[in-house]
Amino acid sequence: MKPLLIGIGAGTIHRIEGLGRLCIFLFNGLKQLFVFPLQAGKILDQVRFIGAKSMFVIVLTALFTGMVLGLQGYHTLVQFGSEAALGSAVALTLIRELGPVLTAIMVTARAGSAMAAELGVMRISEQIDALYTMDINPVRFTFSPRLAAGVISFPLLTALFDVIGIFGGYVSGVLFLDISKATYMDKVIRSIHMSDIYEGFIKAVVFSFVVITICCFRGYYAHMNTDQAKGAKGVSNATTTAVVNACIMILVADYIITYFTV
Amino acid sequence: METALIQMIDIKKSFNGNPVLNGVNLSIFQGQITTIIGKSGTGKSVLLRHIIGLLHQDAGELLLNGVSSGRMNHSSRHAFQKHMAYMFQDNALFDFLTVFENVALPLSEKRIKPLVIKERVGQQLFLLGLEGIDHQYPSQLSGGMRKRVAMARALITNPKIVLFDEPTTGLDPIRKNSVHSMIAHYQAQFGFTAIIVSHDIPDIFDISQHVAMLDKGKIIIQGKSDEVRHSQNPLVQSFIRGEDISSGETTHRIRKHQ
Repeated sequence: MKPLLIGIGAGTIHRIEGLGRLCIFLFNGLKQLFVFPLQAGKILDQVRFIGAKSMFVIVLTALFTGMVLGLQGYHTLVQFGSEAALGSAVALTLIRELGPVLTAIMVTARAGSAMAAELGVMRISEQIDALYTMDINPVRFTFSPRLAAGVISFPLLTALFDVIGIFGGYVSGVLFLDISKATYMDKVIRSIHMSDIYEGFIKAVVFSFVVITICCFRGYYAHMNTDQAKGAKGVSNATTTAVVNACIMILVADYIITYFTV
Repeated sequence: METALIQMIDIKKSFNGNPVLNGVNLSIFQGQITTIIGKSGTGKSVLLRHIIGLLHQDAGELLLNGVSSGRMNHSSRHAFQKHMAYMFQDNALFDFLTVFENVALPLSEKRIKPLVIKERVGQQLFLLGLEGIDHQYPSQLSGGMRKRVAMARALITNPKIVLFDEPTTGLDPIRKNSVHSMIAHYQAQFGFTAIIVSHDIPDIFDISQHVAMLDKGKIIIQGKSDEVRHSQNPLVQSFIRGEDISSGETTHRIRKHQ
């Protein structure tokens, strides 16, 4: 019984310490964004990596998500004679929910995992220690530009996802099924309000903080993981944990934001 | 009596309950080359990491310019540390940056004009025989070149204290001599304080003014290079001769037997 209690206590302390470290990491990263000289060049590089290089995967995911929504929505709505509302269903589902959530998950898979692995390698090859010895703030150098780039890229990628997704719904609803073009577009335009777009963008910004912070944090502290794995194994664990944690936290944050905005 | 620039008093450090530094007492003097020798795994790199601030001791005191680091506020400690440079055993070069960018990094992160950076880096690369490779990446270089790039990066800010963690590991004897000569030459030219962790016996005695030996987490001897070299301490003599006295069998006897 005693070893079990010791194990639970040690695990709890470790998790609370980890949470504290995460908060300090995020705070330092945010603070360093506003310290001169501003890192515009590095932020642009990261916008290219997180944003521009994710466009292809976002377009592809959005197109098929929209097409599936169109197909499923049509066959459901037609039973109630409401197939004309397909445009509204596709647009609102994408803008308020699927757009921000799927964008964040796809960026986590593509860029988040790469960030965790890159920072993990930097950690185990002492590059992060080297920054400290050169009087360079490692959090400023590694995390802050990525955080800023995430906040810029996520809403833009979400907007792209929404537009392509609505087009996907158009393809399956109008081109493959018998919804009229005018009806579809009219329903899309009439059903969307600015509050829906704001909600989607708020989610995108919150998810950017969640994804970038968790992925960078896991890589940055790859040497401090719970199973004490070091070297390549430590980086591998950090990357896996980063992706899993980020995806779960996206869904948790999505529920919380929806609860307060719906 | 000369005052130590850096002094370690009874420094202790453990990792997961395993003691690595077991009461280290060491003095580093300004403008000298101090070398720390000792068998692998005795905590030499850990000791260096305490001096640069990458690790903090569990017990004991680290005096920087006579002031305890524990009593220094953040800005005083930072002011002291920004005059230090560290050359890592595995170089710790940034593989996504070119040679030029690696060497320029300590300057480019400060508010220094690009033209000045270009001039200083070019000069540094020339001094270390690295001209013409500034656009290459570390992975495209030989081990010896990578060491020199790491040294160029460590010296680019004209630091007052430079810590070298096994600067000649993995180098052939010619490159090894060349790195030793470079350290001695630059130290004489710029007058910085050098702290070297090394196994290169007896070469290191020729370039160091001060030598200390670490064994089982403690400094067992420290003093002027010649004093340590000719010490009667059996541990020191066995290390210098490359003998393993714990097993009672010397490595040269094994070689002779073979």
